[in-house]
Amino acid sequence: MVAAPTSSQSAGPPVGGSSRSFGRFRNVHQEFLQESGKPLVAIEDISFDLAEGTLVSLLGPSGCGKTSFLKIVAGLAEATYGIVEIRGQQVTRPQPDFGFVFQQANLMPWRNVLDNVLFPMEILRRKDAAAKRRALELLALVGLSGFENARPSQLSGGMQQRAALCRALVHEPKLLLMDEPFGALDELTRMEMHDLLLQIRKVTNATTLFVTHSISEAVYLSDVIVAFSKRPARIADYIEVDLPYPRTPALRYDAAFTGLEHRAGIALGITR
Amino acid sequence: MKPRSRIHTIEAIVYPIVGIVAVLGLWQAYVTVFAVNPIVLPGPIAIAKASVKHFDTLLEQTWPTLAESIYGFALAVLIGVPLAVCVANSRILNLTFYPILIATQSIPKVAVAPIILVWFGVGMESKLVIAFLVAFFPIVVDTATGLRATPPGLLELARSVSASPSQTFWKVQFPAAMPFIISGAKVAVTLAVIGAVIGEFVGSNEGLGNLLLAANSQLDGPLAWAALVWLSILGIGLFFLVVVAERVLMPWGHH
Ligand SMILES: Nc1ncnc2c1ncn2[C@@H]1O[C@H](COP(=O)(O)OP(=O)(O)OP(=O)(O)O)[C@@H](O)[C@H]1O
Ligand SMILES: [Mg+2]
Repeated sequence: MVAAPTSSQSAGPPVGGSSRSFGRFRNVHQEFLQESGKPLVAIEDISFDLAEGTLVSLLGPSGCGKTSFLKIVAGLAEATYGIVEIRGQQVTRPQPDFGFVFQQANLMPWRNVLDNVLFPMEILRRKDAAAKRRALELLALVGLSGFENARPSQLSGGMQQRAALCRALVHEPKLLLMDEPFGALDELTRMEMHDLLLQIRKVTNATTLFVTHSISEAVYLSDVIVAFSKRPARIADYIEVDLPYPRTPALRYDAAFTGLEHRAGIALGITR
Repeated sequence: MKPRSRIHTIEAIVYPIVGIVAVLGLWQAYVTVFAVNPIVLPGPIAIAKASVKHFDTLLEQTWPTLAESIYGFALAVLIGVPLAVCVANSRILNLTFYPILIATQSIPKVAVAPIILVWFGVGMESKLVIAFLVAFFPIVVDTATGLRATPPGLLELARSVSASPSQTFWKVQFPAAMPFIISGAKVAVTLAVIGAVIGEFVGSNEGLGNLLLAANSQLDGPLAWAALVWLSILGIGLFFLVVVAERVLMPWGHH
């Protein structure tokens, strides 16, 4: 039942031609030039596949290169070398059907909540009645009905992050990229957000890359956990999370759940 | 929460009035007790009387000064904001023009005023130009600063949804700079009035500054002070116009 911790040798992901493959990452490597002129290797060698409709967590210690990797996939940054393919196309720039949730809510203080959510539609020149309807539906889904006209400064941190989630979903992205979206929230709010995200995923079905450094968050939400090593990032373990859906808070105390947490902890080197 | 904020509003009105009344009272008491010559320092009552007596003259002389200040300020906004946009968005333009901007700013405007007068005559234009010159700098600098201070997270958001440069500018950079532009405008509008008065001092035949000089030379202390008071009211009025513009342009700004 509990997957036995594997040696790092056999921990590699099943690299190969999945028929539902959505993303393909091969030998992704990224270096930054430091102030001192010396190169800093942020990502050493990352290869795995992203199956369509799944949520894959990138789990790793702080500063290991998770954000860097996510930005490469988003087309916001470039890998030094390596293959970064989404739907068979090398990613070179952000795509209109990607949605990004940042660590900070990044709401514009001069727009009300609804107009913040509609921002991507405005940029894509698709801000019509249907877009507005969808934005209102999403706001209702995350429990922000009645706050459409509120200013971001009037919302709590959790509410702001929910609005940011709506904004990332409003243009019905096929790929959702989330960079520690709940990292700034308190424990209780974060657990609420987990269930909200699971619920949203049932509705939207977007393939999701989810960056986190919380082990339990990764286990609770993911279909697959890609555990990164300390910088330079390599894959420490590739963990398929075969926990049943629907996932409910009680699952957190299940032996299978804690077993997966244990395995991820070993991958991060915080336990044996 | 509501009654508390009402108390705060009442306090915000009462205490300034108490302060002003106290200062005026002391001033009047001093002038009366020591029988100070009104040429040297008239009391508030004498100034109020002069204001009423010369009301028509004061009002008539307010319009030219008001117009010079507003036109100068408006010109500073119309030229300053686009210039700041160029400087903030282009490294080359920034390197080319910023030093010149700083250099021209260090020239004392009072010293330039006579030259401006030679170029533009004693009419409205010379005052307008001086008002423009002093109002221009804070507008450019604050706008450019604001445009460069766009939160990086918002720029990344714009990039993540493939916003074009012009969309990024109009929907992100410019609104984000608005608080900076407004605070520049607040400084600029006050300076514009000063610029207009400098122009009138150097050479003119109308305006509150001109009236102040004339009253002074006729040893009419109360009228000179009345002109001064009207000038202050003019400055405060224009400042509040900018505050009103602020509330309209950025309703999110005051919590
Ligand atoms: N533009 C850049 N230039 C130079 N170094 C960078 C740049 N971006 C990231 N780095 C470096 O790359 C490493 C990985 O950074 P990254 O932000 O990807 O880490 P992370 O895993 O997201 O960390 P955290 O969990 O704290 O967010 C860090 O050491 C960081 O200093
Ligand atoms: Mg990060």
